[in-house]
Amino acid sequence: MTYIAKPKIDMPGERRNEIGLRQRDYEGALSTLCAGCGHDSITAAIVQAFWELAIPPEKVIKLSGIGCSSKTPAYFISGAHGFNSVHGRMPSVATGALAGNRDLVCIAVSGDGDSLSIGFGQFGHAVRRNINMLYIIENNGVYGLTKGQFSASADPGSKAKYGEVNRMKAIDPVATTIALGGSFAARSFSGDREQLVPLIKAGLRHPGCAVLDVVSPCVTFNDHVGSTKSYAHTREHYYPAVHTDFIPPSKEIKASYDEGEVMPVELHDGSRLLLKKTDADYDPSSRSAAMRYLEEHSSQGQVVTGLLFISPDLPEMHTISGTAAQPLARTAYEDLNPGQAALAELQKDLK
Amino acid sequence: MTGSVNDFVIKIATVNGTGSASANGLLMKALFRMGVPVTGKNLFPSNIQGLPTWYEVRANHKGYMSRSGRVDVMVAMNAQTYAKDLAEVSPGGFLIYDSTWPRRDMMDRDDITILGVPLAAMCNEHFSVARIRILMKNIAYVGVLSALMGIDRNILKTLLEETFAAKPKLVDGNLQAINLGYQYAQEHFSCPLPARAETMGDNSGHILIDGNSAAALGCVYAGATVGAWYPITPSTSLMDAFQGYCNRFRKDPETGENRFCIIQAEDELAAAGMVLGASWSGARAFTPTSGPGISLMSEFIGFAYYAEIPSVFFDVQRVGPSTGMPTRTQQCDVMLCAFASHGDTRHPVLFPADPSECFEMAVQAFDLAECLQTPVFVLSDLDIGMNDWMIPELQWDENFKPDRGKVLDSKALQGIEKFHRYLDVDGDGIPYRTYPGEDPKGAYFVRGSGHNRYGGYTEDANEYQDVVDRLLVKWETARERVPRPVLRKAAKKTRFGVIAYGSSDGAVNEALDRLAEQDFHADYLRIRAFPFNTDVLDFLDTHDTVFVVEQNRDAQLRSLLIIETPADDENLPPVLHYNGMPIPSSCIEQAVLAYLEQEAAA
Ligand SMILES: Cc1ncc(C[n+]2csc(CCOP(=O)(O)OP(=O)(O)O)c2C)c(N)n1
Ligand code: SF4
Ligand SMILES: [Mg+2]
Repeated sequence: MTYIAKPKIDMPGERRNEIGLRQRDYEGALSTLCAGCGHDSITAAIVQAFWELAIPPEKVIKLSGIGCSSKTPAYFISGAHGFNSVHGRMPSVATGALAGNRDLVCIAVSGDGDSLSIGFGQFGHAVRRNINMLYIIENNGVYGLTKGQFSASADPGSKAKYGEVNRMKAIDPVATTIALGGSFAARSFSGDREQLVPLIKAGLRHPGCAVLDVVSPCVTFNDHVGSTKSYAHTREHYYPAVHTDFIPPSKEIKASYDEGEVMPVELHDGSRLLLKKTDADYDPSSRSAAMRYLEEHSSQGQVVTGLLFISPDLPEMHTISGTAAQPLARTAYEDLNPGQAALAELQKDLK
Repeated sequence: MTGSVNDFVIKIATVNGTGSASANGLLMKALFRMGVPVTGKNLFPSNIQGLPTWYEVRANHKGYMSRSGRVDVMVAMNAQTYAKDLAEVSPGGFLIYDSTWPRRDMMDRDDITILGVPLAAMCNEHFSVARIRILMKNIAYVGVLSALMGIDRNILKTLLEETFAAKPKLVDGNLQAINLGYQYAQEHFSCPLPARAETMGDNSGHILIDGNSAAALGCVYAGATVGAWYPITPSTSLMDAFQGYCNRFRKDPETGENRFCIIQAEDELAAAGMVLGASWSGARAFTPTSGPGISLMSEFIGFAYYAEIPSVFFDVQRVGPSTGMPTRTQQCDVMLCAFASHGDTRHPVLFPADPSECFEMAVQAFDLAECLQTPVFVLSDLDIGMNDWMIPELQWDENFKPDRGKVLDSKALQGIEKFHRYLDVDGDGIPYRTYPGEDPKGAYFVRGSGHNRYGGYTEDANEYQDVVDRLLVKWETARERVPRPVLRKAAKKTRFGVIAYGSSDGAVNEALDRLAEQDFHADYLRIRAFPFNTDVLDFLDTHDTVFVVEQNRDAQLRSLLIIETPADDENLPPVLHYNGMPIPSSCIEQAVLAYLEQEAAA
C-alpha cells in the first residue's frame, strides 16, 4: 500500500495560537443569514479576534437578543456557553451572568432594533453600570428579521425598501454611550476587517462596557440607493478617523510607528491599545472632544469610525459594589451559610 | 361581645408620618414580653405623610393570629377619621380620644364607653419642642393603655432602654410621656378594663418578625448570592432585609468583600433577566416583586420555563388590578403566577402562610428551582410580608446542603461521550445542565426559540413537540416534590371540607373552632403548593362539599382546582374576601353559616 502524505499547507486558519487552538476552533455553526449580510463579516472578525487573543473558549459567554444579528452567537465559538435571550433584554442577562461569575469573558451581540428601540433602556443601563463586556451592535438601520421596518438608527432621509422616507433623527449608539458616561465607545464597518479585529480585541480587554457599533449593511432590506447604511453609501462616507492597533502585553510591538502619531492607552490587564490618529488633535480620552468630533463629522455626512472614546479607569459594576474577587457562583456554600448560632443570635433582637 | 383578659383587639387610628409606628411597636412588644400571643397589622395608605393610618393589635391567649372582625379598644387620634373609627368599635367596647379638642357633637353611641384624655394639652405642657410634642402624644397613649389594659410599665421601661441604648437621654422623655398617660387614666377612669392583659409567661422560644424579613433570611441560608430587584410595595422590605443580613453575615472576614451582589435594576424586566443570567452562570439568584412586576417579567418567565433556567420569584401580593391599592393585601396573583407568560407555560407556586413558612419555603424554592430547572414562585402577600407575626424561633439544620439538581461538572463531563442539554436520560423529565466557565464539552446554546432534545435549533414539528411533552413529564415530577398540604381533621367525621392557603390560615382555624362550638365540623386542607399533589386530589374526592377560602374576587385557586382536578365546581362553594384588608375569621364563619342555612332551605 502506498502512503501519500498529505502535503502540509500552512493555511493561516490552521495556525495554532498560544493555547494550541486553530482559528476554526473558534468557529460555530454554519450561518443561515442571507448571502452577503454584513453580520457574517462581523462573525468572521470575532472569530479572528478571539483566536488571536487565545482566550479559552470555555471561559467565554456569548449572549444576544433577538434579530438576524442576535442569531450570530450561534456562528462563533461553539465551545462557549451561549444565551440567545429575548428581544432587547440581553444586557440584563449579561449583567446577571457576570454578577454570578465575574471571571467569564462576555461578548454580546445585538442589533440596532434590539438595542436602540425595544432595548434602549437596558442598553443604557449596561453602559451606566459599566458591565465588563464587549457589546457589539450590528447596525443596519432596519429590522432585518421582521423584514425591513425602520429602526431607531435609520438616518433621516434614508429610504426603506418600498420607498417611505424616514424623517426622524437617528439614535447614534456611540454618541449615546459617550453622553451616558460610558467608558468605551467605538465604531467600525463590517467590511473593514483590518479595523474591526483590533477594535474587538480592545473591547474584550477593556475592563468595562465596551460598546462597538458596527455598520453592517442588510443586503436584503437596506442595501439600495437611498439607504444610508448600504455598502455603497458607507464606503463613500466612511471616515476612519482613528486607527486602532491592539497589542496584547505578551507580544512585542512589531509594527513601526511614527511616534508622533501613536497614542498608547494602557488597559487594566497591562495590555496596551494604540491609537493611530489621522487627525493630530484627536483625543479619545476627552468626552467633550469626542462629542464635538462626532457632531462635526456627522453634519458633513461622515460616519466616523475608530475608537472614539475610552476611559479605562471608570469602575465597573463589581468594583462599585465591592463584590468578592472569587466568582459568587464558585463560592462554597460553607462560605455563604451563617449557621445556626448566627441565627439564634440574630433572633435575640426579635423578642 | 367585648374583650376579656388576654383576648382583645386594640386599634389605633393616626395620621401617617407622625411617628406613631414606634409607639405601636412598643405596645406590641410589651404584650409579647408579657407572654401574650400577639399580632400587629399595619393598615396604611399609599402615601408618605398626612393620610390616615391604622394599627391593629390583636392579643389572644389561644394564639389566634388573624383579624377577628372586632375592635375592643379604639384609640382615635385622627380627627379626620373619627366618625368612622367611632362607628367601628364593637358594642361594649371603648374609645379613647384626645379631649384637648372637645368632640361633644360626635359622641352618638351609648353602647360603648368613650374616654377622653387631653393628650396634646398634657404634652404641650411638659415638652417644649413642637416635633417632640407630636411624638410624645403617641407615647402618651401607650401610657393610657398601660393603665387601662394592665400593660406592664416595667417592661415598657426596659423596652425604651433597649431602643435608646445609644441615646439614654431619650429614655427619660419617653418614660415621662408614658407616666403622663398612665396617671391621667388612673385618676380619671376605673382601671383596668375587662379587656386587659395579664402576664402569661414570656413567650420564650418565639419571635416577632415580618414575612419579608423571614424570606430574606431564607435566601441567605439557601446560599443565594445574586438578588436583582426594582422597588415595589409591599416587596421592597424583602430586599432591604436581604441587604441588611448580607452586610452582617456575608462579608469576607479578611477582605471585607461582599459575597453577594445586589442589583437595583432599571425595571422588573431587567431584574428578571439578571436573575436568569445569574442562575445560568451557576449562582443562586432571586427577585422580590409584586403583581405589576410579575406582569413585566412575564416574557422572561416563559423563557426560563422553556429554556429550563432555575429562577426564584417572590411575589408579595398587593391589591390589583393595575396599580390597585399598593398598601392593601390580596391573594390575587395565583393565576398570574401559575401560568405566567405566553404559550403553554406552568410553574410551581409555593404558598407560605406565615413568616415561618416564608423562611422555609424560600430555602425550598431554590432547591426546587434547581432540581426542576424551572422558575419557582413564592407567593406571599402584604399581610404576611409587612406585618409583625409571632412565630416559633427559626431553626437552622446544620446538616443542610443545597440541592443543586442535575449539574455536570468538568469531571462528570469527561465520563460521558457527548453532552446534550435537553436530553432526559433518567425518565423524570429533567435533563442535565452545566455551568459556563468550566469545560468546552459542556457548552450549549440557550434559546427561547424552537429546540430539540439535543439543544439544537429546530422548526421540526416532531422535535418541537418532543421537548414540550417532556416538560410535562417534568411537571409530574414537580407534583410530588413540592410541599404537601397540611390537613387538620375535624373532631367528628364530616362530609364538609375547607381548602385555603397562605395568609387565610389563621382566620380559617379560628372560624373552624367557633363553628365546631356550634356543632359544624369540617376537615381543613391547607394547600401549600401548585401543582396539586395526590393529597389534594384525595381530599377533594373524600368530601362532598369543600369551601374554598381565598382573598380575591375571582376565586382563583378554586378555578385552578377545577382546571387541574376532576372536582366538580358545584361542590366547591367559594368564600371570598377581597376588600384589601386581611381576611377576618368572622367572614369565614358567616359565609359557612349562610351556606348551611341556604342548603337547609333548599
Ligand atoms: C417582544 C418581541 N417583539 C417583537 C419581536 C419581533 N422581532 C424579532 S427581531 C425584530 C427586530 C430586530 O431588529 P435588529 O435588532 O435591528 O436586528 P437585525 O435583524 O436587523 O439584525 C423584531 C421586531 C420579538 N421577537 N419579540
Ligand atoms: S435580512 Fe438583512 S440582516 Fe437579516 S440576514 Fe438578511 S441581510 Fe442580514
Ligand atoms: Mg437591524
